[in-house]
Amino acid sequence: MREGVISRRAARLLLAACIALGALPPSSQAEIPAAERRSSYELMSAETKAMQDEDSANPGMLWVLDGEALWNRRAGEADRSCADCHDAAPQSMRGVAARYPAFDEKRGTAVDLQGRINLCRTEQQKAPPLAFERQELLALTTYVGRQSRGLPIDASDPRLDPAVETGREIFTRRQGQLNLACAQCHDDNWGQKLAGIVMPQAHPTGYPLYRLEWQTLGSLQRRLRNCLIGMRAEPYGYGSAEYVAIEAFLMRRAHGMPIETPAVRP
Amino acid sequence: MARPLINVPATAKRGEVVAIRTLISHPMESGFRHTSTGERIARDIVTGFVATYNGEEIFRATLFPAIAANPFITFHTVATESGTIEFRWTGDNGYSANEQAKITVV
Repeated sequence: MREGVISRRAARLLLAACIALGALPPSSQAEIPAAERRSSYELMSAETKAMQDEDSANPGMLWVLDGEALWNRRAGEADRSCADCHDAAPQSMRGVAARYPAFDEKRGTAVDLQGRINLCRTEQQKAPPLAFERQELLALTTYVGRQSRGLPIDASDPRLDPAVETGREIFTRRQGQLNLACAQCHDDNWGQKLAGIVMPQAHPTGYPLYRLEWQTLGSLQRRLRNCLIGMRAEPYGYGSAEYVAIEAFLMRRAHGMPIETPAVRP
Repeated sequence: MARPLINVPATAKRGEVVAIRTLISHPMESGFRHTSTGERIARDIVTGFVATYNGEEIFRATLFPAIAANPFITFHTVATESGTIEFRWTGDNGYSANEQAKITVV
């Protein structure tokens, strides 16, 4: 319900954006030069930055703690915990989130971190998959993500190219009733204001992250859903190949930027 | 759900002013919101927070519906002696959580 209220607000903002962008020349869809790439962290107030930087003030750490407990908890018919196979996450999961979405040989497709955790659950632990945007999956994903904090994103795997291209196509395509492309805000007009809020470059460096507007932690897919609803486009279902493709594209676009998980955003 | 996050310095000099930070996971449902079918969502908030230092109360707060989810409470105290600082949160629907931290005063 909170999301519903926010979506209406976002929709109003985007309507204003549509009117504003309608007057602009067609999207140049120029990608952001590497030297100009910056995390939305840099757009935040000093207070919000301090909240992210200080572990005892960062609410995302509550999910990290929860994820640590889940990592060591046995589950499923196999009665094994994540730790039974992967040992201690600070070593085994270091840098893993920086490489996701990753190419899955068996399926021949890109798989995101949440998808990988659920594949591990169904195939190794013989347990039912965890529900999207619920405590357990978010906690485990955040805990794994936390182990890559400060490490640069590595999205160079060429096998991800098809997913990246699909993601790029979605990102640059005009869609929804407002007929907007993601790139119009996040490539062409980043740094400008949308109804008082600075438009970020949309780099997925801190997910899952704690959003003050949500009053909780959420995944990149939830954030993408927010933007799509704001554009009055039909959002994809959680876990869909389209979201994974968009994430693969955004990670390639943010290649080399450091992971901030769990980030805090306004 | 996760246990609370507590930050208390492990050691402090006698008489030193130390900062204590606490963060607890709670939805803080205000009671003013309605579902899409118009039903009121019942209030569910943390209403009280108490910190004691070796049994002596050093900080107390009463919380109301305007407090954001996952309340972050920080305060200062004077490190007087080694011991335990205990934290207790209470709230609607019988909610209660406890946590403690040790401090060594040198």
